[in-house]
Amino acid sequence: MRFFPNLPAMRRSMAAPILGLSLAFATLQPAGAAEGVSVFSNPSKIAAIGGSITEIVYALGEEKHLVARDSTSNYPKAALALPDVGYMRALSPEGVLSVNPTGILALQGSGPKEAVDVLKKTSIPFIEVPEHFSHEGILEKVRIVGKALGVDAKAEVLAKELDAKLTSAEKQTASIKERKRILFVLSIQGGKILAAGSETAADGMVRLAGGVNAVEGFSGYKQMSDEAIITARPDVILMMSNAGPPVLDDELFGNPSVASTPAGTARKLIRIDGSYLLGFGPRTAEAIHDLAVSLYGAEVTD
Amino acid sequence: MVDQSIAGPVKVMANASEGDRSGRARIVILLLCLGLAAAVLLSLTSGASDASAINVLRDWLFGAIPSDAALNGRDSLIIYDIRLPRIILGMLVGAALAVSGAVMQGLFRNPLADPGLIGVSAGSSLGAVAVIVLGATVLAPVTALFGTLALPLAAFFGGLATTLVLYQVATRRGQTSVATMLLAGIALAALAMALTGILIFMADDRQLRDLTFWQLGSLGGATWQKIGSVGPIIILALAAMPFLARGLNALALGEATAGHLGIPIQRLKYTAIIGVSAAVGASVAVSGGIGFVGIVVPHLLRLLIGPDNRYLLPASALLGASLLLLGDAVARTIVAPAELPIGIVTAIAGAPFFLWILLRKRGVVDL
Repeated sequence: MRFFPNLPAMRRSMAAPILGLSLAFATLQPAGAAEGVSVFSNPSKIAAIGGSITEIVYALGEEKHLVARDSTSNYPKAALALPDVGYMRALSPEGVLSVNPTGILALQGSGPKEAVDVLKKTSIPFIEVPEHFSHEGILEKVRIVGKALGVDAKAEVLAKELDAKLTSAEKQTASIKERKRILFVLSIQGGKILAAGSETAADGMVRLAGGVNAVEGFSGYKQMSDEAIITARPDVILMMSNAGPPVLDDELFGNPSVASTPAGTARKLIRIDGSYLLGFGPRTAEAIHDLAVSLYGAEVTD
Repeated sequence: MVDQSIAGPVKVMANASEGDRSGRARIVILLLCLGLAAAVLLSLTSGASDASAINVLRDWLFGAIPSDAALNGRDSLIIYDIRLPRIILGMLVGAALAVSGAVMQGLFRNPLADPGLIGVSAGSSLGAVAVIVLGATVLAPVTALFGTLALPLAAFFGGLATTLVLYQVATRRGQTSVATMLLAGIALAALAMALTGILIFMADDRQLRDLTFWQLGSLGGATWQKIGSVGPIIILALAAMPFLARGLNALALGEATAGHLGIPIQRLKYTAIIGVSAAVGASVAVSGGIGFVGIVVPHLLRLLIGPDNRYLLPASALLGASLLLLGDAVARTIVAPAELPIGIVTAIAGAPFFLWILLRKRGVVDL
């Protein structure tokens, strides 16, 4: 550690206690609030964080309890009238507290951690709803939200209804032999394709609609090289219709590697509203149906 | 870490206007103190909620009124656990960034120098990004030990490590070459950014979103624990900087001249570098990328009170702290109940104002 050969020993010895003090503070962790609450004692004023959570509250007919939403909650239209506490991953604790909620219902992944820690320090119950990109994951969300609001019976009815809808939506494509390969493109930045790998909402939807994710070998969203896109051989490109500036078809198919794939030669591009397609909430069965029809057309059996 | 000997027996070249300049500087510093007090009050009383700082203070002094104890419980949490830590952190970060900018500009004798230039910010970012991306896997033991403080500490050590390497590269036979340091800083910043790029490539989409928000900068993560962990570092660095003022004044005349005046140049350089990397590393660590303060504040003050570092450094600390508090107050209230990243506020408010100042002056901006 002779970084400073000309540094007198006295100064070096000064640094140690300072660093020690900092580290001592660092290990002081805030005491966690009472965890494990699953029912709001007073569900009269709920802040809903996460688009699918807000949708489920509406689907349960319990929207009278909502006093705030986050910026990802854009459906149903009526929800837009609620105060917006910001993006679910960049919450402002004082903003959430300013709507005086009696309970906070947040989708897994809400944050940042510091904001959630401060919210958990209050006496306001904070319930986190897990997220799984599957048929079962949707039913689980509905049951947890219903339980939190004290409407278990209603939630069970809705869960059964969605279960039946999802099952029939998945069955529509059960008999199809030729599975389509789908490339979900999140964005095109400077000609670079940002695509969805495994463990994403897009991957879950593609599988539920009887397709195959053309991307193999990575999870999450990653930039794909030109060669990887050619190797992926997608039959169809899938995109969100409402995320940021619209990507023109020509920009997508003007990309040489995309143009050389089956999807490129047939210019096959499907655009679906982002929160509808990727929300994994009450509307997912319809979204699966729409996606399946766009993929297979007349082959879809009801 | 610093002794008085840097201050040496040097008197800056006197000129005709020295007297009224220092008088004016003292008045400006007094006004800046009042401005900071006003900014603290404004920050304490403004926010998304209707929490009343006055009531909380009254309860603290005279005991709570039972009838509204529940509401006051919420209000005191908002004041003590949300607004107050943010104010303290905002003042520390604002002062650290502004003073570091002024010291760097003096050291490099270049009005465009700022801590970002020598790679400190890039090194800090690398540390922070490493924790965000690898926190659950490779660095799990670290995050388990330090919890939410793993990120600030990693950023701080990232900045410090960059500086130490830089110093080794630029120092020959006990002499540090400022030009070499500048070039090495550019190379190290590029390397740190490339490594950050590799981490960004490895990140999953949740981590990418965290990264995006961290890079925009925010004081939103202010907690007492963070202040406890980075506060001592920033305060120590800030306390060391006034001792550099005379040395930096002499350095403006050129290194040789300053040496003949009896300034311990080498010691001045490493004190400045270590102080800046500690202050900036700790600031970047807790607040992410808040740009612009380190260049604008010292410049504005040079136009007001001249280039004498004895006044410029304390004035920069005061104005930097005030501006960041005001910026944060805007960030917290303008889109309530949501919140804007403060990096956006400082740039939108600062850049046009800075241009306007330059256009009005149209003169040579001296150091």
